[in-house]
Amino acid sequence: MGGNLLTNFYEAVAVILFGIGFTTLLLHRNMIKKILGFNIMDTAIYLFLAVKGYITGGMAPILTNGVEEQAYYINPVPSGLVLTGIVVSVSVTALMLALTIRLYRRYHTLDIDKMSMLAKKEDL
Amino acid sequence: MHLIQNFPFISIILCLASGVVSSVLSGKNAKRLCISLVSLLGILNSMVLFYVWKTKESYTFMMGHFPAPWGNELRIGVLESLMAVFFCAIMLLSLCGGMKRIFKDVEEEKTNLYFVMIDLMLSSLLAIIYTNDLFTAYVFVEINTIAACALIMIRNNGHSLVAAAKYMIMSLLGSGLILMALSMLYDLSGHLLMSNIKEAVAQILPGSQYEIPLTVVIALLCVGLAIKSALFPFHSWLPDAYGFSTPSSSAILSSLVSKAYIFLLIKIFYRVIGMDVMIDHKITNALFFFAVIGMLMGSLSAIKEHDIRRLIAFSSVAQIGYIYMGIGLGTKAGMMAALFHILSHAASKSMLFIAASGLSEVSGNSKDFTDLKGSGYRNKIAGIGFTVGALSMVGIPLFAGFTSKVYFAEAAVNASTSKMAIGMVILAISTILNAVYFIRAVISIYTPRNEHFIVPGYKPAVTFSVAMVFFIVLNFVLGIFSNPIMDAIEVGLKMFA
Amino acid sequence: MSKLNPNYEASKWRKIERFVNGEEISDNPNLSKHEEEIREASQEDKERNEQFEATITDLEDRIQKERKRSIEALYRKYEKWPQTKGIKIFTHIYRILAVLFCVCIISVLLMTVSYLPTFGDASNPNNNEVPKRYIEKGIEETGAINFVAGMILDYRAFDTLGESHVLFIAACCVLILLRIDHSKNGKKPTEKAEAEEDDRKFEPKNDKILQKIASLLIPPIIIYGIYVVLNGHLSPGGGFSGGAIIGAGLILYLNAFGYEKIEKFFTYKTYQRITVGALLFYACAKSYSFYTGANHLESGIPKGIPGNILSSGLILPLNVAVGLVVACTMYGFYTLFRKGGM
Repeated sequence: MGGNLLTNFYEAVAVILFGIGFTTLLLHRNMIKKILGFNIMDTAIYLFLAVKGYITGGMAPILTNGVEEQAYYINPVPSGLVLTGIVVSVSVTALMLALTIRLYRRYHTLDIDKMSMLAKKEDL
Repeated sequence: MHLIQNFPFISIILCLASGVVSSVLSGKNAKRLCISLVSLLGILNSMVLFYVWKTKESYTFMMGHFPAPWGNELRIGVLESLMAVFFCAIMLLSLCGGMKRIFKDVEEEKTNLYFVMIDLMLSSLLAIIYTNDLFTAYVFVEINTIAACALIMIRNNGHSLVAAAKYMIMSLLGSGLILMALSMLYDLSGHLLMSNIKEAVAQILPGSQYEIPLTVVIALLCVGLAIKSALFPFHSWLPDAYGFSTPSSSAILSSLVSKAYIFLLIKIFYRVIGMDVMIDHKITNALFFFAVIGMLMGSLSAIKEHDIRRLIAFSSVAQIGYIYMGIGLGTKAGMMAALFHILSHAASKSMLFIAASGLSEVSGNSKDFTDLKGSGYRNKIAGIGFTVGALSMVGIPLFAGFTSKVYFAEAAVNASTSKMAIGMVILAISTILNAVYFIRAVISIYTPRNEHFIVPGYKPAVTFSVAMVFFIVLNFVLGIFSNPIMDAIEVGLKMFA
Repeated sequence: MSKLNPNYEASKWRKIERFVNGEEISDNPNLSKHEEEIREASQEDKERNEQFEATITDLEDRIQKERKRSIEALYRKYEKWPQTKGIKIFTHIYRILAVLFCVCIISVLLMTVSYLPTFGDASNPNNNEVPKRYIEKGIEETGAINFVAGMILDYRAFDTLGESHVLFIAACCVLILLRIDHSKNGKKPTEKAEAEEDDRKFEPKNDKILQKIASLLIPPIIIYGIYVVLNGHLSPGGGFSGGAIIGAGLILYLNAFGYEKIEKFFTYKTYQRITVGALLFYACAKSYSFYTGANHLESGIPKGIPGNILSSGLILPLNVAVGLVVACTMYGFYTLFRKGGM
């Protein structure tokens, strides 16, 4: 263990959330809960990025009081990455929800194992 | 700046724009636009290939008014443009071969959306190939994932929807890992541009504070991309996704999408982390281990299959194992063999999928071997195509698969002793297993005809026959005239580092 | 060309063509003489085929029955499946393993975090020359006071171009999945009926309170959205956030007044026109600036005075384009989810 675990408190929280979301997405059977897990996972990454851009005492990266110095503001790069990431996760969430609706209309279940079993039965 | 140097960027923008335009066109017009676009891009990118080959130098292309660490960048070398040309060609042939089925499988009002997906998929493939920026790669990986999911689910039946859901879940896990790794790497190096990250990574010495995070980052990147390209333990989504989508989609997914991720991984190996760092962190050994198991398990599962499309899909698992084995050897020869196998496998696998669709078309749309008996006589060109593809997969001389196997064997002989022994033994076993199921498939399509399924006056579509002929020619070209391609790969790899 | 040849049937090309098509290659290509015989033969064939088909249908019936029986057996097995004791134990083990897996991932990542650079330290590796230029030269080079807007729409515009296409492609996917074909009736009657039945539940019944409050709320919401879009380069916000606000306004309007009213000014056609137009404008504008940038040409777009609303070159029009796309996509998502069409 390195020495930065307590100072990197926010990163630690982000990582724990990431783990929870990842496991939910991978191992939960319910589609809606899988989507929730995916959103938790992505939000955790955005938290991680946002924390990584922060500098103690920095202002939001918008010109304030006419100061143009790096030390005065926080790092704007992670903010931009988060912005891009959020749009991606919104799109993916919409797609997954639409897919779930279609599957539910067809099989009347949200359990992915049940769905694939029913799909196999359709073949017979 | 030479005009040709602009072509990679122009091709990406053209793809995006024609994808957007296709969404308001009718299905037929969208098809025309898409086909002409793919052909045009093939021509443009081959001009780029010639240009780079002639100047013997890679170049970077600034996306905007700001130079490298501030703006985005494309980087074009021999290997990148070779891949781009090849991807365009395979995509064109797969589309032509399955065109009739696309219009049959997809609802009439939604055919134009299929071509929207194809256009955007091609743009993302080109962007992944050319980009020099990790975050851009991530954004286009997401486009690629969504487009691939759409290509699976657009065939409107229960199976393909379930397959799409499974594919999407696994892909999202992969992208989550990649994004996490990317943020950590940004934290460690302070850059998103590949070459700058490499400089920063080279300064992280063994034993320093950042060594453990670097290992974790590498592992996350490898696992993420391995999930997306269906390396052995993560292949659960693959058979359904390839087995139940429309034939063009399966051909494109198996031959281009998974290969693009592998190409991105190789790019990360050389241009982001550095090959020696990768070997120091033993990541190549892990990849080698899983690749070897995948080669066996993929073939064993394929032997059990009765469905021709799923058989080909499982064989993909084995073949992706081959590619990762080449990467896992950790030598330059291994990497070259892997890159050549990306080409030869893409050519053979897409041909197999298209041919299988032609065979099942004359067998009452069944994919089961008992129904496919004698279909090789009913649709001769598809039968020949399937045979060529199968023989190439098994590794009969003159075919593409044989040449890449020779390169693999050569690379394995020159690797370290333990890897050599394992590699050679597994190569031999896997070849035998390949032979078992592919020869069985060929024999069953050529066993005497089953009278029930004779379709009077059946003619394969002209586009299908033309695509098959080109596929067969391509396979022989790759098998016989592999030297210039290997030269190009070697030059390209030199430019990579 | 070869079809003009009178001997076409006998030509080699024809043979190859037939071979390719999988037809029989007869030794005597002069078919017309044999036509009679073939016709007679085909008559016989037909009869035989009919018999054959009869037996086949019989067989198929039997197979169908067999399949039905096996399906029923499977169903029965499946119904019992969750109740068996083994499965209960399996579920427990599965849960425990899942938690263990989660703990493993978290502990590996926590170990990684403990080695990462410290939080909030200005000397971390990521506070290097890259953000320095974004902040210190950003206003001069892009004209945007909001450094993040300058970064995502000018310095790293290629990412953002990809990102807006992610939104577009997701909208297309939802369209594929949920749009119901109105041209052909009866193709999927159940799904259509189900969706419309769902829709009727949500269609408002001229609720006076809702409509009055909505007509008070919607104008400020949409104006605020437009404000956020137009001030993207001056204050927090921009195309994505402003577009989402406008989209929310549209959705509120739809919920309060129903489809009939909103279709007077916003239909599927409008959606298509706005999205395609905005995205094409985006692609054209950005490819112009990429092209001039890479070839070291002057772009010739005036930067304006930083701080004014009409400043910062392409950033303002790009924000407007992105805002339009996002607003339409948000509204589109909502209507597609609700009744499968706009």
